[in-house]
Amino acid sequence: MTTNNDVAEERRNFLYIATGAAGAIAAGAAVWPLINQMNPSKDVLALSSIEVNLTNIPEGQSAVFLWRGNPIFIRHRTALEIAEAQASDTADDLIDPEADADRVQRPEWLVMSGVCTHLGCVPLDQQGDFGGWFCPCHGSHYDISGRIRKGPAPTNLPIVEYVFLDNTTIRIG
Amino acid sequence: MSSDKKYVPSSPTAKWVEDRLPLMGLIYSSLGSGFSAPRNLNYMWNFGVLAGFMLVVQIVTGIVLAMHYVPHIDFAFDSVQHIRRDVNYGWLLQAIHANGASMFFMVVYVHILRGFYFGSYKSPREILWFLGIIIYLIMMATGFMGYVLPWGQMSFWGAKVITNLFSAFDFIPFIGDGIVEWLWGGFAVGQPTLNRFYSLHYLLPFVLVGVVILHIWALHIPGSTNPLGIDADGPYDKIPFHPYYTAKDAFGLGVFVIFYSIFVFYMPDFLGHPDNYIKADPLITPAHIVPEWYYLPFYAILRAIPDKLLGVIAMFSSILILFALPWLDGARIRSMRFRPLSQFFFWIFVVNTLFLGYLGQLSPDDILVFGWTALTFAQISTFIYFAHFLLIIPLVSRMETTKSVPISIAAAVLDANKKV
Repeated sequence: MTTNNDVAEERRNFLYIATGAAGAIAAGAAVWPLINQMNPSKDVLALSSIEVNLTNIPEGQSAVFLWRGNPIFIRHRTALEIAEAQASDTADDLIDPEADADRVQRPEWLVMSGVCTHLGCVPLDQQGDFGGWFCPCHGSHYDISGRIRKGPAPTNLPIVEYVFLDNTTIRIG
Repeated sequence: MSSDKKYVPSSPTAKWVEDRLPLMGLIYSSLGSGFSAPRNLNYMWNFGVLAGFMLVVQIVTGIVLAMHYVPHIDFAFDSVQHIRRDVNYGWLLQAIHANGASMFFMVVYVHILRGFYFGSYKSPREILWFLGIIIYLIMMATGFMGYVLPWGQMSFWGAKVITNLFSAFDFIPFIGDGIVEWLWGGFAVGQPTLNRFYSLHYLLPFVLVGVVILHIWALHIPGSTNPLGIDADGPYDKIPFHPYYTAKDAFGLGVFVIFYSIFVFYMPDFLGHPDNYIKADPLITPAHIVPEWYYLPFYAILRAIPDKLLGVIAMFSSILILFALPWLDGARIRSMRFRPLSQFFFWIFVVNTLFLGYLGQLSPDDILVFGWTALTFAQISTFIYFAHFLLIIPLVSRMETTKSVPISIAAAVLDANKKV
């Protein structure tokens, strides 16, 4: 049989928990703006695309562009380099295996992020053991398709989103 | 500590104040004649006071530098040059602050190693030791953010590499993906990053002051350890902090300030890196990124592990492992004076850590001897570092034959005097 006391105690426990839960939610809601203010602001998010004229990049050369504060590598690859990249599709030392064909829209144009996937340095062009890029910070070697072959970086240089507006212009972002 | 004297106000005014706010009594019993310390403290016990002194120097010079510094990516670099060239005594204040960071770490490293050698982390001072590690971690964060502010090449790329460490945690659901962008406030280190680092660099030293007060509070419960590592027992083992240790600390401080001044006045850039005189450029990574000297051993540990996530975990673990030290060490005697084998391994540990620091500023591919690269040596040294904590300390501390410990501090001191 429940006495009045038991009922009162149950009510009190319920009120404790309900008050505590409401307080926790309120505290979380109050803290969220303080945390979220550190995320990229609207003006930073708005700076999202650039157009690049490819006619200025001769065959066998690379160019670097700044997009969202980070370097973008665009390489005009030679037939030899394309062949080399495709031949390495089955190499044993690919840390993050990916076919060269999946990394380009047109094989002569390699457009990718210029940020080392290890700790964010900018790899140097045409250096390293695989004729591609070499990151001087901690020794990551990328091949001519931007794939990681040797060193501490965990993934290939990411391909960024881009479209060919015409045969000589691309828009990144 | 019943032997400690109580503060007695010397004038009616002082008594009137003391009855309402016992501030003088607090100072008297924590830093004055009312606080007694073991009579046999050596100069290794100066370094806590020196660290406190450096915290004050950094806060005071930092506040005035903030009156001239501009936390903007277009002006930060120039504003530091403006401080050095145009601001009255700016050259002095900037040199005191920049070298002050190095001096602060230097004295704190001696202070930590003092604790290591004399077993200051052992019961009943574990929480005192924890607070010390927390102070050190906050110092590392503060020093890192301060180094970013001049916005030179090393500032920028150091910031990029260190913030990228957190991208190793991208496997954590919900927060992992955006954690680095959240730290940056953008898609790369930029204006939002510099601005928030400035804000936090200003804040954290005051957090440090708070933790330092807790550290001193925790110290004053059991009192200082001493070179013999035995408990100070009764009035014969202790002397009042003032005037004995205030005088000893003042002398040590004088010697230290001379050492500090040599850097400030004669080689203000000796501990810096020339690349930081080049303005930050997000398109060009310096050929060789190195952190400030006081982070080098941990940087070497990071690079020694070929896997990104494991490297980051190893680096954080190398400091966090200090929290376990009071239990890893099972010896019943504190001081290594009476633990010859532990003492031997202690010096191996010190040399190994210095060697890690040396490796940290090399390029991983540099060849040292026998065709072995710096990376190989860093891997060996990293292994020794962790083996010291996880293997050597637990085993040696429990198994070694110790020397006999004096019955009291007073007996040991009087005995030593007799021999002279």
